[in-house]
Amino acid sequence: MSSTLSYFRQENLPHIWCPGCGHGTVTGSLIRAIQRLDLDKNKVCIVSGIGCSSRAVGYLDFDTLHTAHGRALAFATGIKLARPELKVIVMTGDGDCTAIGGNHFIHAARRNIDITTIVMNNNIYGMTSGQYSPMTPKGMYGTTAPYGNLERSFDLCELAKAAGATYVARATSYHVPLLIDLIEAALQNKGFSMVEAIVQCPTYFGRKNKVGGPVEMLNWIKDGVVNVKAAASLPPEKVAGKKLIGELHNAPASEYTADYDELIAKVQRTYEGFQGGLYGCASNSD
Amino acid sequence: MTRNAKLMQGNEACTIGALAAGLEFYAGYPITPSTEIAELCAEELPKVGGKFIQMEDEIGSIAACIGASLAGKKAMTATSGPGFSLMQECLGYASLTEVPLVIIDVQRMGPSTGMPTSPAQADLMQARWGTHGDHPVIVLAPGNVKECFELTFKAFDIAETYRVPVIVLTDEIIGHMREKVILPDPAGLKPLRRAAPASPAGYKPYAADPDGGVPLMAPFGEGYRWHVTGLFHDESGRPSGKSEVADKLMRRLARKVEKAAPLIEEHFEESLEDAEIVVVSFGSSAMSSLSAVRRARREGVKAGMLRLKTMWPFPDELVARAASRARRVIVPEMNLGQLALEVERAGCGGAPVTRLGKVNGELFRPEEVYASIMEAVK
Repeated sequence: MSSTLSYFRQENLPHIWCPGCGHGTVTGSLIRAIQRLDLDKNKVCIVSGIGCSSRAVGYLDFDTLHTAHGRALAFATGIKLARPELKVIVMTGDGDCTAIGGNHFIHAARRNIDITTIVMNNNIYGMTSGQYSPMTPKGMYGTTAPYGNLERSFDLCELAKAAGATYVARATSYHVPLLIDLIEAALQNKGFSMVEAIVQCPTYFGRKNKVGGPVEMLNWIKDGVVNVKAAASLPPEKVAGKKLIGELHNAPASEYTADYDELIAKVQRTYEGFQGGLYGCASNSD
Repeated sequence: MTRNAKLMQGNEACTIGALAAGLEFYAGYPITPSTEIAELCAEELPKVGGKFIQMEDEIGSIAACIGASLAGKKAMTATSGPGFSLMQECLGYASLTEVPLVIIDVQRMGPSTGMPTSPAQADLMQARWGTHGDHPVIVLAPGNVKECFELTFKAFDIAETYRVPVIVLTDEIIGHMREKVILPDPAGLKPLRRAAPASPAGYKPYAADPDGGVPLMAPFGEGYRWHVTGLFHDESGRPSGKSEVADKLMRRLARKVEKAAPLIEEHFEESLEDAEIVVVSFGSSAMSSLSAVRRARREGVKAGMLRLKTMWPFPDELVARAASRARRVIVPEMNLGQLALEVERAGCGGAPVTRLGKVNGELFRPEEVYASIMEAVK
């Protein structure tokens, strides 16, 4: 097994993230999951959109694609369809994935295309300095929600499940061993997988909402979740208002690019030896 | 020997041209009047082991094409005005990241939903300037069904040679018109493929001659482990905020297409040698225009025809030369003067230009252009 650091483009470090940011924890967790599975570096392709979290791919030593805002999954769909043998991973944030990229997200899930999507949810637009996102809880503050956010937020895991994702899980930057386990399982699912990683943004979310610095934010995140296994045996009042972490949905189904290869084989068998068609037209000769 | 003679429409010819060029991947979204291209790709690509996908919108379509192209495949999408508008951001992405790609825009009446089944030629400037930021663009405009085949094939060669997105700009008439076309023997066609590096050792994905060089392109998944970003980037592909890096990249990209321009330029001309009235047009408007020019000639008027096939980079010298002896230049086009603006600019103090714009969703009738010619010789 290669060292963890060997998966990084060390010449591109240091990273751009603020002190205390949770994105590094998630990036490290992804690398540890890749390391455990001993995936061939040359056959992994990591795609991202725009935002703080999406900058992760520039630091990772794979074929990496830093795309346009919200479009990572659409670019990734092209790559996976073109070369199904590649392990395609998308790293995205809550704004990138659930606002501008929401359409691509639900359709990638619907197709059950074999892409593992890691959504780093810090409940805020960090790169543009603290505007509310579709994942900002109602009542919390952002620079564009100076009087408190009026909008309801998504339950992203329920959304992914409803849209057709075959593996859905949630963890946080506090629960790192769990996060690594879940990403590892997601990478092994042959289909569309989504792992939501709740992370702290002390610079914008923590400060704007008076949650505190990185340590206070991590404790705040910890107190806001409950493990799905523990929740089953807890009284309802202990679970109310908390987000579930752990494996939330695991329902394998036939995968899009595999189905596509079958379709090609079938079409090619049907048309084997067929003369004419779109280009040539034998019946029209001389 | 007319073995490959077929009656076909422009959209079909574009698709066959793409397949002849080695199309392997198509992502698109249904939109009139381009939809036949998607339908034919859906039917034909699996037969040759290629892939078709109907994406959730046009943004996703061009994004998936860029992804497939980075994975080493020849990729194409087709659309019309509203979809072409949605593709603009990622068109800029492909331009900056130097990803080969072909986009067919079958123009229809706009703006907005406009008249979806009526022809127009009003995306000429959008094709050039639609995405934000300075960027070079190559746009080809077929004038008949056969050229739909030829120029789509050529668009792939250009995209692969120069690592650029290439736009094939047709219109509803060209796309849906049926003509007899004799296709070349596919065995005689030698489609080009992007130049690839020899090995991953020391690979710098954006290293190239600053004077318009084209970097070598490695496919994803072959051990090169390179980084692609829509941020300005250095020769290693690493994001950079340095002004000198941005300047060098922008100038190389512009120069790349500038150097390609004379090599890819194509046009049709007739009776220009002594022409006093020069008609400059493109696409379906040029068909009516040519008919009018020939009628005027028969009646003793020194009229000549210049039909552009390479719209961008704009052939300034060609237009200036064609207009040099003219008393009047007439520009029939299905918009309110987009090509005319360029002709005026290229003409640089030459003959006065008549902006013969038509924006009612109907094709020019030859009489309309003829009337304009006769008005000019009065």
